[in-house]
Amino acid sequence: MVDKEILLEVKDLKVHFPIEKGLLIKKNIGSIRAVDGVSFSLRQGESLGLVGESGCGKSTTIMAISRLERITSGQVLFEGQDLSLMKEQELIRARQNFQIIFQDPYSSLDPRMRALDIVSEPLRIFAKKGIITLDDASIEKKALSLLDRCGLSSTFADRYPHEFSGGQRQRIGIARSLSLGPKLILADEPVSALDVSIQSQILNLLKDLQDEFNLTFLFIAHDLAVVEYFCSRVAVMYLGNIVETASSKTLYEHPLHPYTKALLSAVPIPDPIAGKNRKRTILKGDVPSPSQVRPGCPFADRCPQAMEICTKKRPPLVEISNQHEVACFLYHDQEVL
Amino acid sequence: MKTPRLLRNGIAVAGLVLILLYVFISVISFFWLPFDPLAMDAKQILQSPSFSTGHVFGTDEFGRDILSRIMKGTSVSFIISISATSLGAVIGIFMGVWAGYLGGKADNIIMRFADILFSFPSLLLAIFIMAILGEHTYNVVLAIGIVYIPQFARISRGAIIALKGNEFIRAAKSNGAGRSYILVHHLLPNITAPLIVQISLSLSTAILLESALSFLGLGVQPPNPSWGNMLSSARKVMMFAPWTAVYPGLAIVLLVLGFNLLGDGLRDMLDPRLRNVR
Repeated sequence: MVDKEILLEVKDLKVHFPIEKGLLIKKNIGSIRAVDGVSFSLRQGESLGLVGESGCGKSTTIMAISRLERITSGQVLFEGQDLSLMKEQELIRARQNFQIIFQDPYSSLDPRMRALDIVSEPLRIFAKKGIITLDDASIEKKALSLLDRCGLSSTFADRYPHEFSGGQRQRIGIARSLSLGPKLILADEPVSALDVSIQSQILNLLKDLQDEFNLTFLFIAHDLAVVEYFCSRVAVMYLGNIVETASSKTLYEHPLHPYTKALLSAVPIPDPIAGKNRKRTILKGDVPSPSQVRPGCPFADRCPQAMEICTKKRPPLVEISNQHEVACFLYHDQEVL
Repeated sequence: MKTPRLLRNGIAVAGLVLILLYVFISVISFFWLPFDPLAMDAKQILQSPSFSTGHVFGTDEFGRDILSRIMKGTSVSFIISISATSLGAVIGIFMGVWAGYLGGKADNIIMRFADILFSFPSLLLAIFIMAILGEHTYNVVLAIGIVYIPQFARISRGAIIALKGNEFIRAAKSNGAGRSYILVHHLLPNITAPLIVQISLSLSTAILLESALSFLGLGVQPPNPSWGNMLSSARKVMMFAPWTAVYPGLAIVLLVLGFNLLGDGLRDMLDPRLRNVR
C-alpha cells in the first residue's frame, strides 16, 4: 500500500497560533493561520525547495513536520507513519531519521559547548536513552570524522562557537544534523545568514553530503537562485498555502501562477541593461494578515489577473502538466471547477 | 592543565586572597583571641589603638577589645551572609527557572508572588520578618534569605526566557533531549554569568543588611559581637573615639570587596567568550 519511494508525505497540514487577549485570564480571540492546508510529498533522494517571502509559513512548516511546533490538523507521514500522532517515546526514536539544519548559525549552537560536544550531543542523548549502542570513545570518533567531513579538522574540535566564523558555525550545525544518520534533512534557510561567497561553499558541501549519505532534502529559501541550484523540485508558498509546484527547470522557464511570475520577475539580474529592459510584475499592496479568515484564493486581492471566482472559492492544487501543479483558476479547466 | 584557570585571573585571585584571610581569621577566632570579646574592663574604657596595652585596635565604651570582637564577629557575618545567600539563591533560582521555562500560569503565579515581595524596600522587608520571627541569628538568615528570593527569581526567569528562544534549544529538542536534559545541559550553564554576579552582590549586601539589622537592634543581640552592632554602639562615641567605628567598618568593606572581586573573576572565567580576553 505504502509507496516505498515516498519518504515524506504531508497532507493538509495546518498550524494555527491562537491570538490571546487579557491580563490574567487569557481569552482566545482568533488565530494566526501560519500554515493553512499544505500538502506535498518527497521522494527518496529528492530535494524539494520551499520558497516564498518572509512570513509565508515556510519555517513553520518545517517546525511542524519535526513536531517542534504544535500541529493544528493534518497528517505528516514519514515512511508511512504519522508523526503527528506519535507519542513522546515513539517520536524520539523517529527523530533519528529526520534532522534540522537551522537558519541562524549564531543562535543554533550553545555558546558554552565545544564544537565536538555539539556534534556528539545527539549521539550521547540517544546512547543514554539506550536507542543506539555506542561507547564514549566511538561517539567522539564519529563526531570528529563528521566534523572533518564537513570541513573542520580536529584542531577545531575543542573550540567554542564564538571562535568560528558564520560559515564554520554552519558547518558545525550540518555535522550535528548528520550525526544520527538521518534520511531526511529539513534545511531551514541554511545559507541565508551567510556571505554570498560562503553560501556556495556550504551549498556544495550539502550537495556532496546528499550524494554520500543518500539524503533527502526539504530545503527552505527565499533566494530563488539558491533553490534553482540546489533543488530538483520547487514549491512556492504564499500566506500559508502552496500555490505552485514544479520541477525547478519548468518553474523557472514556465511559471504559471501569477504570484510565481511576480516572484521570478523580482530576481535581480546582474546586468543593468538587461535589468532595465525586462518586464517586471510589481504587486500592489501588502501581504494580508494571516489572522483573517478568507474564503477565496489567498492571493486574490493582489493578483493582477484576479477574476470574480477568486474571492469566493479557494482554488485547489491541480496537476496541469507532468509534475506541474498550480492552485489558480486561470489554468483550471471548466470540468475541474 | 598548568595553573588552574582561576589563579590566572588577577581580579579573582585578589578577591580569593581577601576571603581566605577572613576564613583564616574566623577559624582562629574559635581557638584563640587576644582578649575575651565579652569581658568588660572599667579601667580600659575607650583606649586608643596601641601595641603597648595589647589593644591593637583600641577598646570600646565598655573596655572590650575591638580586635577580639571583630574576630569573633567574622564567623557570625560569614555564616549569615553565606547561608542567607544560599537560601535566597536556591529558592529564587528554582522559582525563576521554573517560571521562565514553563511560562503560562505557573509563571504568572510565581512572579506575582515575587512582585509582592519586591514591592517592599529590602531593609523594611527584613525588619518586618525579624519583627514577626523574633530576634535570633537564625532568623536574620531567614529574613535576609527571603529578601533575596525575588531578586534571584527575577534574574533567572529573565535569563531563561531570553535563552529559550535560541535555536540551539530547538536543536536539542529535535535531537531527542527532554525537558530536564535541556534545563541542566543548556539552560543552567548559560545563565551562570548573571547569577554569579548576583550571588557575589548578595553575599556582600547580606553583610550590610545584617549590619543594618544589628545596628537597629534586630540582628545579633548584644553582648555578642557582630560588625553591625559594633558600629551601632560606636555611634555614640565615634566623634572622640573614631577607632570604635573605623575598624568594624573596614572589616565590612574589605569582605564586601573580596566577594565582589571573586564574583567578577568567576564570571569571566566561566564564560568561554571572555575567558581568553585577559
